[in-house]
Amino acid sequence: MRELAIHLTVSNTSPALSWNIFDDLAALFHYEFMVHAFEAGTIVAIVAGAIGYFVILRASAFAAHALSHIGFAGATGAVVLGVSPVFGLLAFTLVSGMTIGALGNRLRGRDVTIGIVLAWTLGLGVLFISLYRGYATEAYALLFGEILGISATDVAITLVAGVVTVVALTAIYRPLLFSSVDEDLASAKGVPVTALSIAFMAILAVAVTEAVQVVGVLLIFALIVTPAAIAVRFTSRPSIAILTGIVLALLFTWLGLAIAYYSPHPVSFFITSLAFFTYVGVRMSEPLRSRLGRRAAIAQAAG
Amino acid sequence: MILGQLAPAGGRLEVLGEPPHRGNPSIGYVPQGSVFDPELSIRGRDFVGLGVDGHRWGVRLGGRAKANADVSASLEAVGASDYADRPLGSLSGGEQQRLLLGQALVGRPRLLVMDEPLSHLDVRNQIAIVQLISEVARARGLTVLLIAHDVNLLLPHIDLVLYIAHGRSAIGKPSEIITSERLTEIYSSPVEVLTDSRGRVFVVGLEEEVSHPHA
Repeated sequence: MRELAIHLTVSNTSPALSWNIFDDLAALFHYEFMVHAFEAGTIVAIVAGAIGYFVILRASAFAAHALSHIGFAGATGAVVLGVSPVFGLLAFTLVSGMTIGALGNRLRGRDVTIGIVLAWTLGLGVLFISLYRGYATEAYALLFGEILGISATDVAITLVAGVVTVVALTAIYRPLLFSSVDEDLASAKGVPVTALSIAFMAILAVAVTEAVQVVGVLLIFALIVTPAAIAVRFTSRPSIAILTGIVLALLFTWLGLAIAYYSPHPVSFFITSLAFFTYVGVRMSEPLRSRLGRRAAIAQAAG
Repeated sequence: MILGQLAPAGGRLEVLGEPPHRGNPSIGYVPQGSVFDPELSIRGRDFVGLGVDGHRWGVRLGGRAKANADVSASLEAVGASDYADRPLGSLSGGEQQRLLLGQALVGRPRLLVMDEPLSHLDVRNQIAIVQLISEVARARGLTVLLIAHDVNLLLPHIDLVLYIAHGRSAIGKPSEIITSERLTEIYSSPVEVLTDSRGRVFVVGLEEEVSHPHA
């Protein structure tokens, strides 16, 4: 709350941009809350960009989205109980994530089931907000992110969670890739596909919980899904796609933070807008790129 | 059961001299109805690479050069080198089937199990794939267990045929099993085996089986 107040006063008197890029960069890191925001944002972007690739590959975008919303009920519930919202968020996303994982990737009605649970938990969230009076600011932060209110402790927790998710993802990388591409084949090869599906959703739950701090539950797509969705349109090599997704998530976060610092508008708006317009730009340029690609191929064949 | 995913209801099963177990490296497998999502953005080369070490934990650290060489050799063997760097989802059914075969062969298996690899291909691709499987199998001394609905395309290549219909089965050399009498008996409906002027054998008559199913 205290940090949020600082943020509000700073935003009201937005610093002016000078023409000296070095001065501007120095000013960006002048306040401790901006340093924390950049630190947490960087960790979250790396995790989100990496796991996003598998979310796209497994066509689990809706599950990722639903996880964050289900987490919202957990977070508001935790506040009603007087516990830190992060614990409620983590508990709800973990339980629901692992349940979705156990349902398996092929189940046809899976999205319907997720949607039904999602609607109910959002209803729960509304109830919890009404139970806790004067809670609107906290709820707003959960929904839309509160990256400028992150403390040094939060950064440390985010770092630990970030390292855990990246290590876990690395540990199951090959079999996860295999079962994401062809579950039957991976299973025949002895890959424990259901256990992997549950493990993946558990890792995703931790990643979502981290990302909520930056962009909030409503805007989680911008960091987890959009960068990876752009990356797979450029490359079909898994390692390059993951790296591209991470770089894009980092760029959106850093640029979003920098622009927001010099404007009175919220960070989440800039991060999501950067992600959205990059995606639109990439999709619109596709006919042009494929024409250029064909021309290059013809030139190569002729030469 | 051969892959070790199902336990037999009775009896005993041995695969290549040992009890069946999941992830047997001596078996290459092409599952049924594998058509990849058109949006699937992973190179055919990476997919075949999963046949090398996709079942292992972690990321590939050592043995990169050997793995890449194995993948290239397998792609070469199935004639998929030209489109191995394109996204799997953007390839045609025949191209995907070749990559599935490449993936199954990359571990140098002794037994190749293919579950209806021809069912979603056009006739030209069906013939090409059958030809390819036959060539690879003979070149590598590989046993192929192929499940199919239509036997005609396979007839020139098979050594042993197993018919399963109406709870009955028959196994033997094609020349013994694929006769009008035996097939009519198995399917309990008239089936004719014809030989054309070039000595090619065709099985006809199962169309009636479909339109007048027996209870």
